[in-house]
Amino acid sequence: MTAVVEKATSPRLLSAEMPSGRTTGWWGMVLFVTTEATIFAALLGSYFYIRFQSGPHWPPPPLEDPKLTKVVIMTALLLPSSVPVMWAERGIRKGQRWRLRAGLAITMVLGLAFLGMQAWEYSEDLKKHTLTTDAYSSLFYTTTTLHGFHVAVGLLMVGWLLAASLRGSFGYRRHERVRLTAIYWHFVDVVWVAIFLCLYLSPRL
Amino acid sequence: MSVDTEEQSRSTSRDEALAELERDWGERPSLRGWFSTVDHKRIGRRYMVTAGIFFILAGTDAMILRTQLARPNATLLSPEMYDQLFTMHGTAMIFLFSTPMFFGFGNFLVPLLIGARDMAFPRLNAFGYWVFVCAGTVMFTSQLVGRAPDGGWFGYVPLTDTPYSTGVNLDVYSLGLLFLGVSTTAGAINFIVTVVKMRAPGMSLNRMPLFVWAIVGTSFMVIFALPALNLANAMLFLDRRFGAHFFDPGHGGSTLLWQHLFWIFGHPDVYIIVMPALGIVSAVLPAFCRRGVVAYPLMVLAIVTISIISFGVWVHHMFATGLPQLSYSFFSAASTLITIPSGIQIFAWLFTMLRGRIVVRTPFLFVVGFIVTFVLGGFTGVMFAITAFDQQVTDSYFVVAHFHYVLFGGAVFPMLAGIYFWLPKFTGRMYAERLSRWAFWLVFLGFNTTFMPMHVSGLLGMPRRIYTYPGGLGWDIWNLISTVGAYILAVGLLLVLIGVVHAVRRGAPAPDDPWQGDTLEWGTTSPPRPYNFAPVPQVHSLHPMWDERTTGALAIDEPLPDHRAMTTSELDGREEGVIEMPEASLLPLAVAAGILVVVLGLLWAWYWTGWYWFAGAGALLIFGAVARWLWPPERTPEEAGVAS
Repeated sequence: MTAVVEKATSPRLLSAEMPSGRTTGWWGMVLFVTTEATIFAALLGSYFYIRFQSGPHWPPPPLEDPKLTKVVIMTALLLPSSVPVMWAERGIRKGQRWRLRAGLAITMVLGLAFLGMQAWEYSEDLKKHTLTTDAYSSLFYTTTTLHGFHVAVGLLMVGWLLAASLRGSFGYRRHERVRLTAIYWHFVDVVWVAIFLCLYLSPRL
Repeated sequence: MSVDTEEQSRSTSRDEALAELERDWGERPSLRGWFSTVDHKRIGRRYMVTAGIFFILAGTDAMILRTQLARPNATLLSPEMYDQLFTMHGTAMIFLFSTPMFFGFGNFLVPLLIGARDMAFPRLNAFGYWVFVCAGTVMFTSQLVGRAPDGGWFGYVPLTDTPYSTGVNLDVYSLGLLFLGVSTTAGAINFIVTVVKMRAPGMSLNRMPLFVWAIVGTSFMVIFALPALNLANAMLFLDRRFGAHFFDPGHGGSTLLWQHLFWIFGHPDVYIIVMPALGIVSAVLPAFCRRGVVAYPLMVLAIVTISIISFGVWVHHMFATGLPQLSYSFFSAASTLITIPSGIQIFAWLFTMLRGRIVVRTPFLFVVGFIVTFVLGGFTGVMFAITAFDQQVTDSYFVVAHFHYVLFGGAVFPMLAGIYFWLPKFTGRMYAERLSRWAFWLVFLGFNTTFMPMHVSGLLGMPRRIYTYPGGLGWDIWNLISTVGAYILAVGLLLVLIGVVHAVRRGAPAPDDPWQGDTLEWGTTSPPRPYNFAPVPQVHSLHPMWDERTTGALAIDEPLPDHRAMTTSELDGREEGVIEMPEASLLPLAVAAGILVVVLGLLWAWYWTGWYWFAGAGALLIFGAVARWLWPPERTPEEAGVAS
C-alpha cells in the first residue's frame, strides 16, 4: 500500500499530472448553484401560490400583462451567451487562449446588453407600479432584481477571468476557474428561462 | 546488528519527516495565527465552545421562564419581556446551538473519520465560523439591550409584520437568521465536498462511518431546505422595511405563504438537528458494544430516506389552519411514514446492544437515555400526525413537551454522549467517570421531571406562550413540578460543564484509543497533530481500526511531508490526484466582518434613516476581501513549474 500512496503523493508525480475526475471546486460550485436554484424555485413557487389565491385577473388590475418585446430581446441576448462560454472553455482545454479571450468578451457584451435592457425595462415599468404597489409587484421586482444581481455577479466573474486570461494565466492544464464560472453562467441563463416562462409568458395563458 | 542500524536510521528519517509535516500544517502561535487559522480541528472546537456559550445563555432564558411560571399570577416578568425570552430561547436553541454544535462535531471529526488532512475548503470553513459568531453575537446583544425578537421562533406573520410589530426586534430576527444562513450553507457545501472527494484511499461509500453518512444527509437537507427560510426572511425584511406586500392580505399577499415557506424549511430542520445526533449514537455504540452497528446498509438507507421524506411533512405544522382535506391526508400519511426509517434505526441500535458485549461507561448511559426519551418523543409525534388529535392539542403545552422530548432527547443526549466519548480526542484528556455519572443521572431525572408534567398541563388545556396564568385551573402543581425539574436539569448540565473544565485542566492524559473504537480517528494521537495522520491511511473495511491491515500501515509508514491533500473518486475512494491546500488567512474573518457591517448598518438604519451608507461600506468591504481572496488568479503554468 505504501507504493500506492506514494505514487499519489510524491511531489514529482504531482507536477506532471493533473488530478483526474471531478475536482472539489466542481462539486462546490454545483452544490452552490443547487442551493441558489432552490431559492429561485421557492420564489417562483411563492409567485404561483399568491397568483392562485388572487382573483381571476392576473396581474391584478389595473396592471396589464407584462410587455414582451423588450423581454424577448433580453432572452435573445442572454440565452445564447452560454455558447461563447462553452466555446471558450473548450478552447482553453486545448490551450487556445485566443478562444478563451474572445469567448469571454462576447459573453461580457451580451450580459451587459441584457442588464442595460433590464434597466430600460424597469424605467418604464416603474412608471406603472413599484415594489410597494401590491404583492404581485413585490414578487415581480424581487424575482427579476435577484436574477439581475446574479447576472451582475456572473459578469464580475467573467470579467475577472477575462482580465486574468489577458495576463496569460490559463493554459490547457490550468483552467479550473473557467469551468466553475461556466457552470455559474449556465445556471444564471437557465434560471432566466424559468423566470421568462413564469413571470412574462404565463399571465398570457 | 545491521538490522538495528537500519531501524535507527528509519526512525530518524521518520522524525525529520514528522517535524517537517508539523511545520507545513501547524500555525504560528501569535494573535494573527489565532485569527487566521484554517485548521478544521481548531475551528471545530471553537464551534463547540461558542455553541456551548449560546446554549448556556439560551438555557438561562429558559430558567427565567420556568421561574416565572412556577406559581400562578407571578410578576417576575412583564409580558413583553416574556415574549422576548421565549423567542430568544427557541431561536437560539435551534439556530445558534444545535446546528452549530453539530457543525463543531462535524468539523472536528469528519476529516479524521475519513482519513483526510483537512476539509475540502479550509478557508470557507473559517469563514463559516466567523459568520456564525458574528450573527450569534448580534442576536444575543439585542437581548441585552431589550430589543430581542419577540414573535416566537417561527416568526408568524401578520404578528411579525408591520403594523403589528413596530420596533427593530423582528428585523434582528430576519437579518440575524439570514446572516446565519450564509454560515450554515457554506458549512453544508463544505461537508459534502469533503466527504465526496477527500476520503482516504480505499474508503468506498460502503465503508463510510454512519456518522459521516449522517452529516452528509444533514448537509443535503440544509442545501434544499435553508433557501426557503432565507427567502422568507428576506421577504419579511422587504415587507417591514421597504413596504413590500408579500405577507399582507390587504394588498394581495398571503399570511399562509410565510407558514409554508417557514415549515418547508422548519420540518426538515428537525431532522437537520436530530440526524447528526443519530450519527453520534451509531458512532458511540460500537465502542461500548464491541461490535459494529447491526444492519449497516439499512441504517444508510434510513438516513437517505429520512432526508427525502422530511421534505414531505411540513404541512403537519399547519393542520389547524384550514387547508384542503386532501392535503391533510397526504401530509398525515407522510408524517406517519417517516417513523419507519426512524424505527429501523432504533431497532438496529437495540439489536446492536443485544448482540454485543456491553461496557457501561458514561457515553453509553447517555445513549440509553437518548433512546428512552427519543422514543417517547416519537410516540407523541405519531399522535400529532393524526389531524384530529393535532387540532385538539396544538399550541398547548403538550406540543412543548413533545418537541423537547424530540429535540433535547434526540439531540442533546447524543451530544453529551459525543462530548464524553470524544473528549479524549478533542482535548487529549480523560473525563472523571464518577462525576460524569452523577451528571447523567441528574440530567436524565431533571429532564423528565421538567417535561413529563407538561404533557399533563397541555392536556388540561394550558396554552403555550402565556406569560402567566390564574390559579385554580389545575395547572399549578404540574407547573411547579416542571420548574423544580428545570432546576435539577440545570444542576446536571452544570456538572457536565464542571466535568469538561476539570478534564481539560486536570484530567489524566488520554491514550490514542481509550475505547478501542473502530473508526479512523482513534488511529491518530490524542489530540491529533495539525496534519491529522502522518501516513495517509489506506482503508480496507468498514471498521478500519479493527482491521490489522490498516493499523499496521498506520504504524510503520513513512510520512511524505508537504502541504497537500489527496482527492479520491466519489464512489470507490480510488486515488485521483493531489491538491495544494490553502495557507492560513485573515480574509475569511474580513469577509465575515463585512457582512456584519452590512447587517448592523441595516439594523441601525431603523433608528437613523441615513445609516444605509454604513451597510454600503460593508458591501464594499465584502467586495474587496472577496476580490483579494480570489486574487491572484491561478498561477500560470510557467510559475507553477509545469510545461503547459
